[in-house]
Amino acid sequence: MKTLVWVEHDNKELKDATLAAVTAASKLGEVHLLVAGSGCDSVAQAAAKIEGVGKVHVADDAAYAHALAENVAPLIVDLMGHHDAFVAPATTTGKNIAPRVAALLDVMQISDILSVEGEDSFTRPIYAGNAIATVKTSDEKLVVTVRGTAFDKASAEGGSAEIEQVSGAGDKGISSFVKADIAESERPELTSASIVVSGGRALQNSENFHNIIEPLADKLGAAVGASRAAVDAGYVPNDYQVGQTGKIVAPEIYIAIGISGAIQHLAGMKDSKTIIAINKDEDAPIFQVADYGLVADLYKAVPELTEKL
Amino acid sequence: MKVLVPVKRVLDYNVKPRVKADGSGVDLANVKMSMNPFDEIAVEEAIRLKEKGPVEEIVVVSIGEQKCQETLRTALAMGADRAILITTDERVEPLGVAKLLQKVVEAESPELVILGKQAIDDDNNQTGQMLAALLGWAQGTFASKVELGDGKATVTREIDGGLETDELTLPAIVTTDLRLNEPRYASLPNIMKAKSKPMDTKTVADYGVDVSPRLTVTNVSEPPKRQAGEKVADVDELVAKLKAMGVPA
Ligand SMILES: Cc1cc2nc3c(=O)[nH]c(=O)nc-3n(C[C@H](O)[C@H](O)[C@H](O)COP(=O)(O)OP(=O)(O)OC[C@H]3O[C@@H](n4cnc5c(N)ncnc54)[C@H](O)[C@@H]3O)c2cc1C
Ligand SMILES: Nc1ncnc2c1ncn2[C@@H]1O[C@H](COP(=O)(O)O)[C@@H](O)[C@H]1O
Repeated sequence: MKTLVWVEHDNKELKDATLAAVTAASKLGEVHLLVAGSGCDSVAQAAAKIEGVGKVHVADDAAYAHALAENVAPLIVDLMGHHDAFVAPATTTGKNIAPRVAALLDVMQISDILSVEGEDSFTRPIYAGNAIATVKTSDEKLVVTVRGTAFDKASAEGGSAEIEQVSGAGDKGISSFVKADIAESERPELTSASIVVSGGRALQNSENFHNIIEPLADKLGAAVGASRAAVDAGYVPNDYQVGQTGKIVAPEIYIAIGISGAIQHLAGMKDSKTIIAINKDEDAPIFQVADYGLVADLYKAVPELTEKL
Repeated sequence: MKVLVPVKRVLDYNVKPRVKADGSGVDLANVKMSMNPFDEIAVEEAIRLKEKGPVEEIVVVSIGEQKCQETLRTALAMGADRAILITTDERVEPLGVAKLLQKVVEAESPELVILGKQAIDDDNNQTGQMLAALLGWAQGTFASKVELGDGKATVTREIDGGLETDELTLPAIVTTDLRLNEPRYASLPNIMKAKSKPMDTKTVADYGVDVSPRLTVTNVSEPPKRQAGEKVADVDELVAKLKAMGVPA
């Protein structure tokens, strides 16, 4: 089987989420990559070095600069004329584009796969990860998105794939990019950090979040996450949300502070290796999944912890 | 302008799902079912756009068993004007739902379709994007802000790195994210009023599209259970545990 993997990037750097998708695709067959962007040559060069990649297709066009689904889906559909599977990381970009490709191909997408059980069979989480479904497709072509935490990352070095320029129809003229507000951070990226410190509603406001959660995270070299309640209340931006409908993380250590442990939150972090919870309520559900639980007032315990580390 | 809002009936988000022992699925017998939370946000957004002016009529549609009419009544009680129930006892996948919705769009000619970004039962996150593809329309997924202008919609989207704003030519598809709005509760008088709002009942067969599933679910199982660990007595003990794991490095 020949697979076409969507390369996640910002026209300069290739994003790590791509590497897990490459591993998933390699379980299906030959791996080809698609770099669609504008002025994205450095990404294409990086893509060609990923181990196990047979070919890199590069579509360099202003219309693809922001990965608008309306513009890139037809390009992918064209390339699917000689590929059997389209594989995308389950990032917001992948989730935006892949179903559009699937519908144009008249294929039912398989979302957020956890494992490849065979050429046409996969496991995937349903009901916020409270159940795992094994699904078998009868479609001739495959469209799948890949949960990044479920697959090892392919090595970013060691490959020397051929790079081929391709072109598509470009701008469909029905959508345009206006602007992006992307926060720059010195901290590690949430979905690939080895330690994550998350705060919940108990932080009460953004100053507390900033003064209590962030110093601990910085001491640990950790990424910062949050519950939905903390995001909804505006303590932190939307991209901090961990959970069923936010980001999925599985770090070595996850520290949940003032988070109750609703199933929607657990869905995003329960595959972390070690879970630590700090909560003043000894019956908080988060303690049912925590390896180490500290029943304490976070306003006292967290500064003390930061200090003593 | 007319807005179409597809709403799905799902297991209530407060209910812990139970996997059936025979591996055939999640037990939905005698459990509370509700409107998919993202669809409540979609209905709310349509109502707000109507209150602001540009929208004249809100049509809600649900595909599923007869009981989906309860979900539609909830949407009508919130403030939608009219409902379409498309009944079937079979499982319909996002691709099939999108094909049925395409037919509804062709018949109703809305300028905007607002869907949830994800149904919290199957967690597919596909239908809106598929419908946009079938119609050849623009899509503003994971929206946290929607502004309607002259023949255009400006949509702010929640993306992995932060926020992105795109401009879409109407007609278009929008899918909702959590921060778009906070849905209202239906008041008692509005619940009463909703009982007399029009609801059209159709069957999948009326639309003449093949929606048979492409995927077979061969097994549904529980994920490995995580065991609760230990409670530490104080911060010092937690520091010791972290140091034993080599942290901070
Ligand atoms: C459709 C849908 C999707 C959702 N998606 C997500 C998602 O992706 N991610 C997510 O996180 N949630 C999600 N949720 C929300 C989820 O159901 C919960 O409401 C949310 O996770 C609660 O956040 P929280 O734990 O911060 O707040 P709460 O549940 O209010 O918990 C606060 C905790 O802080 C503790 N506390 C209070 N004061 C202190 C103190 N001084 N010291 C120590 N502890 C203290 C309390 O004991 C309590 O346990 C979703 C909900 C819906 C309906
Ligand atoms: N059976 C259905 N009836 C009506 N709307 C649906 C149905 N299934 C999905 N939808 C819509 O599509 C959105 C995304 O669902 P999904 O792609 O299944 O995650 C939902 O939030 C609904 O707005």
